[in-house]
Amino acid sequence: MTRIWKHRLFWPIASLLGLIVINSVARPQFLSITMRDGELYGALINILRNSAPLMLVALGMTIVIATRGIDLSVGAVMAVSGAVALTVIDNAADPDNLGTVLGAVGLAVLVSLALGAWNGFLVAVLGIQPIIATLVLMLAGRGVALLITGGFITTVNSAPFSYIASGYLTVLPFAFFISVAAITLIALVERRTALGVLTEAVGINPEASRLAGVRARGIIWGAYIVSGVLAGVAGVIYASNIRAADANAAGLFIELYAILAVVLGGTSLMGGKFSIAGTVVGVLIIQTLESTILFLGVPSAQSPVFFAIVVVIVVMLQSSRVRRGFARLARLRQRRAPDGGPPPDVDPDLEPKRTEVAA
Amino acid sequence: MPATTPPLAPARDELPPIVEMRGITVRFPGVLALDGVDFFLRPGEVHALMGENGAGKSTLIKALTGVYSIDAGTITIAGEERVFSSTADAQAAGISTVYQEVNLCPNLSVGENIMLGREVRRGGVIDWRATHAEAQKHLRALSLEIDPRSLLSAHPIAIQQVVAISRAMVLESKVLILDEPTSSLDRDEVDRLFAVVRDLRAAGVAILFVSHFIEQVYEISDRITVLRNGALVGEYRVEDLPRDALVTKMIGRELDDLEALSRTAHRQIDRSGVPVLRAEGIGRRGMLEPADLEVYPGEVVGLAGLLGSGRTELVRLLYGADRPDAGHVSVHGEHARITSPRHAIDHRISFSSEDRRAEGIVADLTVAENIVLGIQARRGWTRKIRKSEQDALVNEYIRALDVRPAAPDAVVANLSGGNQQKVLLARWLATAPELLVLDEPTRGIDVGAKADIQRKVSELSARGLAVVFISSELEEVLRLAQRIAVLRDRRKIGEVDSSEIDLDGLIDYLANEGKGDAA
Repeated sequence: MTRIWKHRLFWPIASLLGLIVINSVARPQFLSITMRDGELYGALINILRNSAPLMLVALGMTIVIATRGIDLSVGAVMAVSGAVALTVIDNAADPDNLGTVLGAVGLAVLVSLALGAWNGFLVAVLGIQPIIATLVLMLAGRGVALLITGGFITTVNSAPFSYIASGYLTVLPFAFFISVAAITLIALVERRTALGVLTEAVGINPEASRLAGVRARGIIWGAYIVSGVLAGVAGVIYASNIRAADANAAGLFIELYAILAVVLGGTSLMGGKFSIAGTVVGVLIIQTLESTILFLGVPSAQSPVFFAIVVVIVVMLQSSRVRRGFARLARLRQRRAPDGGPPPDVDPDLEPKRTEVAA
Repeated sequence: MPATTPPLAPARDELPPIVEMRGITVRFPGVLALDGVDFFLRPGEVHALMGENGAGKSTLIKALTGVYSIDAGTITIAGEERVFSSTADAQAAGISTVYQEVNLCPNLSVGENIMLGREVRRGGVIDWRATHAEAQKHLRALSLEIDPRSLLSAHPIAIQQVVAISRAMVLESKVLILDEPTSSLDRDEVDRLFAVVRDLRAAGVAILFVSHFIEQVYEISDRITVLRNGALVGEYRVEDLPRDALVTKMIGRELDDLEALSRTAHRQIDRSGVPVLRAEGIGRRGMLEPADLEVYPGEVVGLAGLLGSGRTELVRLLYGADRPDAGHVSVHGEHARITSPRHAIDHRISFSSEDRRAEGIVADLTVAENIVLGIQARRGWTRKIRKSEQDALVNEYIRALDVRPAAPDAVVANLSGGNQQKVLLARWLATAPELLVLDEPTRGIDVGAKADIQRKVSELSARGLAVVFISSELEEVLRLAQRIAVLRDRRKIGEVDSSEIDLDGLIDYLANEGKGDAA
C-alpha cells in the first residue's frame, strides 16, 4: 500500500481519476460512449481528440525541461506552422489534392524544425539563457505568421486537411493516433537508446557530463529541434481543426499549459529526471479539467478562476512538503485540543485530502 | 566588543566548557562516521580539531552546527542541552562557522553581507547609511579598513573570510568554527587572520580551528583534539603533544598497511620508450605559466603544490577541460590537439575532477548509470549499452572497488563521499584509459575508501597504466608516485624523484625551491 503511495505517478493519476469521478457523478453521461456510423463519440473521446496539440507540445517541452531549459516559443511556432500550411494550400490549384496537403504539412513541419534549430542554436551554441532565447521567437513568431498570411486569417476548404483534426481512422479520431504515435516515438527513442539517460545527465549536472565526454551541445540542440517539430505538428492540427490560420489565436498560452502538464506529471523544472508517462497524464488532467468546466457549466467569466483553483489543489496534493505540513498541522491541532481532539489513530496524512476535496 | 572584555587567558582552564559534546554518534548508510566522540570547547581558547581526511572532523562540525542530526549523544551549549535540527538553530545558539569556501553572498556588498537580517531599521525601512556604518564598526573591530559598500566578490578570499568572521560577531556568536580557513591564503593573509583570531580569543570567544597545516595549528592553538576513523583518540594541550606524536596519533596503525603500498610503488620506471603523454610548454594566461610534463606507461606522476598552485589548472589544460593557449601535447609520440574533454577521451585520457559533487557525480542518477556514463558518452546515444553488458560491467566494478552499498540501482547522491569517489573511479576505468588523471581522489573520504583507492591506483600502474595523481596530502603523493612535479604560484618549479626525498624534504622544496632566483 505504502509503495503505491510513493510511486511518482500516484498523485497525477489519482488527480486524473478524481476529476473523472467528479464529472461522472455530476453528469453520468460523461462516461457514455456511443457508436455512430462505425465511429465512437463521447466526452472521453473528445478529450483524447482535443488533447492532441497540447500532448505534442508538452512532450517536446518535457525533453527541453529535462535539459534544464524551457521553450516559450511553442505557441508562436504553432502559429507559423499553421500559416505556412494554410498559405501553401490556399495558393494551390487544387486544395483537395492529397499531395498538396502532404506537401503543405511537410513544409510547415520543416519550417518548425528550422525554428526549433534556431532556438537550440541560441541556447546550446551561444549559451543564451533558454527563457530569453525562446522569448525572442515567442514574441517575433506571431509577427512572422502574420507576414506569411499577409495579415489575414487565411481559411481553406480542403477535405484531406480537415481530416487531420476531424477525421476518424477506424473507430477513433485520427488526431488521437497522432498523439499515440508521438508518445510512442518519443518514449522509444528516449528509453531504448541512451538519449534519455544522457539528457538527464546533462540536465542534472552539465559540467560533470561535459567532463565525462557527453556531447551536451548536441543533446540540448536536439531537444529544441524536437520541441519545434512537435509544435509544428500541433500547429497543423490546430489549423486543421478551425480550417484557418489564425496567427493571433493559434497556440496562445499553450507554452504555459505545456509547462503545467510537465510539472503535473512530476518532472522537475530544475531539469534532469523526466517522465513521459507523467506528462501524458498531466496533459489528460488539463484536458479533462477543461471539459469539466464545460460540463459543469461554469460561467465562462469564472472558468479561469475555477481552472486555477483546481490546478493549485492538484499541485499541492503532489507536494510532499505540503502534505507533511498538513500532517504536522493536524498533529498540532490534536495536541492543542486538551481532551476533545480527534482520536490519535487517525492517519494525519488523510486529513488534507479530505479537506481539499471538499474545497 | 574585543576592547571591553578583559582577557580571560589566565583562568581559561578553569572555565567550564561552553560546548560539551558527549558520546556523539553519526551513522550514514554503511558508514559509522562518528563513534561515541566526546569534544569540549572552552571560552577563550583556540582548539584545533585534527585528523586525516575522513577521520570525522567535518562530521563532528556538521553535528555541532545542525547540518547533520546525531544518532546518539548529547550536545550541551553553555550548560543547556540542545538538539539542533538546522543550521539556523545552531546560529541562534551562538555558533557560527567560517568555511574554506566562504558562504556569503558574493553579489551583495560587504556591509549587506555582515548585517544580513540585522539591518538597522527606521520606521520599518532599512536605513542603509546606518547599516553600513554599523558594518564598518564591526570591520574596524577586526582592524579591517574596507568600504562596506564595496561588492564582496571584489575582495580576495582572505578579506572575505574576515568579513565572514565579522558577520559571526554581528550574530554575537560565542563559538566560532574556522573550517580550513587558511588553505587558500598566503603567509601575510594568514598572519592577519591569526591576529583577528587572537583578539577574539582574548575577548572570550571559543574558537574551533580545523586545518591541514600542522605548523599553523601549533602557532595558534591552545589545545588539540585528535580524531581517527570516526573515533576520539584524545584531547591534549599543545605543549604536551610534540608534532611527531600528533602525526602518529592521526595516522595510527594504518601506517603499516600503506607503508607496504609505498614499497611496491617505488619501482624503477623504464623511461627509455615513448611517453604516454608529453606536454611541452602547455599553459594559459592567468591560469598557468607554460609547463612541461611527461608520463610514461606504468608510471605514477604526482603533482605537489598548495591549493591554487596550478596543479589542478595543469591537469585541466591537459584534459581539455580548459583550453590551453600555449604549448604542444603529444600522445604516444603523436601530436594531439586536445581542446575539449571529448578529444582527451578519444586519446584514452581520463580525468577525475577534484570537485566530486559539481564536476563528478550525476547525483540523481543511479550507481550503474553513473558508472556507464563514460562509456555511453564515448559510444554516442544511438548505441545504448545492453542491459546484460551493463549489469556485468557494473557488478564487476562494484566488487573490484568494494562500493557500498553494492546496489547498482542506488541513487548515487545517497552514497558516502568515498563510495561516490569509487563510482567515479569505476566510470573512468570502465573506459579503459591509457592515462588516468586523478585530482584529489581521496579528499574528504573515509580512511578505508582512501586506502582502497590508493591500492587500486598502485595496482593499475603496476600493470602499465600511466597515472597523474594530485593530492593535498603530500604523504599520499610520496607514497604512490615515482616522480613528483612541484608547482607553486601557478608555475611548475621542478621535479623530484620520490625515492630521493622525504616528506620534510618535499615540504622544503615546495616552500623554498627557486625562491632565490625568483626574487
